[in-house]
Amino acid sequence: MSTEPLIRMENLQHGYTMAGQRTLILQGISFTIDHGEFVAIIGPSGSGKSTLMNMIGCLDLPNEGNYLLDGQNVRKLSDNRLARIRNEKIGFIFQNFNLLPKLSAIENVELPLIYRGVSYRERKRNAEEALIKVGLQERMHHRPNQLSGGQQQRVAIARALAGQPPLLLADEPTGALDPKTGKEVMSMLQSLNAQGHTIILITHDLEIAEQAKRVIRIHDGQVAEDRRIEL
Amino acid sequence: MIFFQSIRMAMTSVIGNKIRSFLTMLGIIIGVSSVILVVSVGRNFTNQITGQFDGLGTNQLMVSIMGMGVTSSLTYEEVDAFSQLQGVDLVSPTISGSATAKSGNRHTDASLEGVTPNYRPLKNYQLRAGRFLLDIDSQYRQAVAVLGSEVASKLYGAGNPVGQDVRLNGIPFKVVGVLQPKGSDLSGSNDDKVLIPIATAERFLQTKGIQSFVVKAVNRQDVPSVKAQLEAGLNHKFKNHPEAYNVFDAQEMIESSEKTSAMMSTALASIAGISLIVGGIGIMNIMIMSVNERTREIGIRKALGAKKSNILMQFMFESIVLSSFGGLIGIGAGIGLTSLASKLLGNPIDYAWDIVLISFLFSFFIGLVFGISPAYKASRLRPIHALRTD
Repeated sequence: MSTEPLIRMENLQHGYTMAGQRTLILQGISFTIDHGEFVAIIGPSGSGKSTLMNMIGCLDLPNEGNYLLDGQNVRKLSDNRLARIRNEKIGFIFQNFNLLPKLSAIENVELPLIYRGVSYRERKRNAEEALIKVGLQERMHHRPNQLSGGQQQRVAIARALAGQPPLLLADEPTGALDPKTGKEVMSMLQSLNAQGHTIILITHDLEIAEQAKRVIRIHDGQVAEDRRIEL
Repeated sequence: MIFFQSIRMAMTSVIGNKIRSFLTMLGIIIGVSSVILVVSVGRNFTNQITGQFDGLGTNQLMVSIMGMGVTSSLTYEEVDAFSQLQGVDLVSPTISGSATAKSGNRHTDASLEGVTPNYRPLKNYQLRAGRFLLDIDSQYRQAVAVLGSEVASKLYGAGNPVGQDVRLNGIPFKVVGVLQPKGSDLSGSNDDKVLIPIATAERFLQTKGIQSFVVKAVNRQDVPSVKAQLEAGLNHKFKNHPEAYNVFDAQEMIESSEKTSAMMSTALASIAGISLIVGGIGIMNIMIMSVNERTREIGIRKALGAKKSNILMQFMFESIVLSSFGGLIGIGAGIGLTSLASKLLGNPIDYAWDIVLISFLFSFFIGLVFGISPAYKASRLRPIHALRTD
C-alpha cells in the first residue's frame, strides 16, 4: 500500500445560497483516511454528512478547500474527469439500492464496467465473480423486483465491487433493511474490509457505526469527534 | 463498445414500453405510409395518362373539321395536299362510323374506319395475317376489309378469316388482313375495328369529304411549325373562322396533365410530410417525459461513471430508434396500402422506391432533430439532484 492516504480532506467548505441567504453546510472539514480503513461517518440529519458524502463520492465539488482522492485533487476537474473518477475509484452502495429495475442483476453489476469500456467477455466474467462473492450466483438473471431487499443490496454491493475501486462508499446501507438482513449486510462489509477493501460508511445510527473501526462524528458542518474503535 | 450498448439500451427501452412506443411512432407511421402511398399512386396516375397519350403518338397532330356554312369537310385531295408541308411525314385521313359485321351466324358491332395505307405506320399496327389496304383498293372502291383482332376472333374464332367474306350491314366485303392486338388507349379499344378503303367508306357511310385526319411530323421539334402551317392553311380555307376546325397536339396535353398530376402529388405529399413533423413533435414530447421519468436512472448511471456523452447518446439513440422503427413500419404499411390500392384500381403500381428511401432517412433525421433537446437536457442533469428525485 502507498504511504499517501486514500483520502485527504483539507479545510473543506461548502454552502448554498437560497433566497439570498448564504447557508454554510460544511465549515472547514479536515481528515485523512488510509487504504484499508473501515470508517463510519456519523451525524444527525442536517449535520452536513450527506453533503460530505456527495463530496467524497465526487458527486459534487466543494466551494473551498482541497480534496485529494488517491493522490488526485478533484477540486478543479471537469465533469467528464469526475465521471471517470467515480467510475474507477468509487463503488457506491446506496440506502435504497438504486438498481435499474429493467435490468437483471448481472446487467446492473455490469453497468460501471460498460462505462469503463470493458469488453463484453471480461465484463461478464467480472460481474459474475462479483455476484459470486456476495453469494448471488443463483440469482444472476433475476430482475430487482424478483429479489428481496437484502438480495438487492447484495447486488448493489456486487456492482460496487465489480470495477474493483479502491474505495467503497456506503450511504445508510442498512437503512431500508430489517435488522436481521441489515446485520448480514454489515458482516459482508466487515468481511470485505478484512479482504482489504477501504470502506466509508455514512449513517446516523450509532450502533451501526460502532461496527466500523473508526468513527468520525460530524456536527454543524464540522468534525466533532474522530475516534478509533478498539476491538 | 459504448455505441452498441447505447443501441441496445435504446432497443430495450423502446421494446419495454410497447404500447407507448407504438403510439409515439404512430405519427411517423402515418406520415411515411401516406407519403409512399400518395406518391406511388400519383406517379402511376401520371404514367397512365402519359401512356394513353403515347398511344396517340407524340409527334402527331389530330385535326378535326367542324365546318362552316355549307363547307363541312375537306376533300381527300385537300387533305393529301397537307403532306407537302414542311416537316410533315405523312397524313392519314379517316372517315369513321360503325357497322354490324356478320359472318355465317355470328355477328358483332364494330367501329368502322375508312383509312388510307398511311394509317398502319401511323398507328403502329402489325399484321397478324394477310395484307393491309393499298392505294389501289381505294382507287377502285374495292369492297375489302382488314379486321381488328377482336372482331376476327368474334366472327371466326381461331380460324383464319383471310380470303373469307364478311358482311358489313349486309354488304359483302372480302377480308384481306387481320391486325395484331394492340389494347386500348384514350380513344377506346384498338382491336374492335373494321378498316376499309377510304373511298369505299365514303360511299358506304354516305358521307362526303373528310372530317378528321392525323398529321404526323417527322420529328417532335417540327410539331409547332407543322401546327402553325396547318392552322394557316385551314384558316385560309375557312376564311378566318378558327372555330371551324381544331388542331389537337397530344404532347401538349401530356405535358399539361403531367404538370397537373405532379403538382397534385407534391401537394398531397407535403400534407403527408406535415404529419411526419407532427410525429416528430410527438416523439420529442415522449422523450421529454421519458427523461423526466428517468431522472433517478440518469443519476444512478452518472454516479456509476456515465459521462454526459453517454447519457446524451443513450437518449438520442432512443429517439432515433423510435422514429426509424416507426419509419420502417410506415414503409411496410405504405407498401401494403399501395399494393391494396393497385388491386382496387385494377392495375399494377410501381412502388416509389426513391420515396421509400427518402422517407426512411427523413424519419431517421426527425428522431435525431427532435431527440437532441431532451437528450441534451438529460445529459446535463447533475447527479446529486438526479439521485435525490424519486
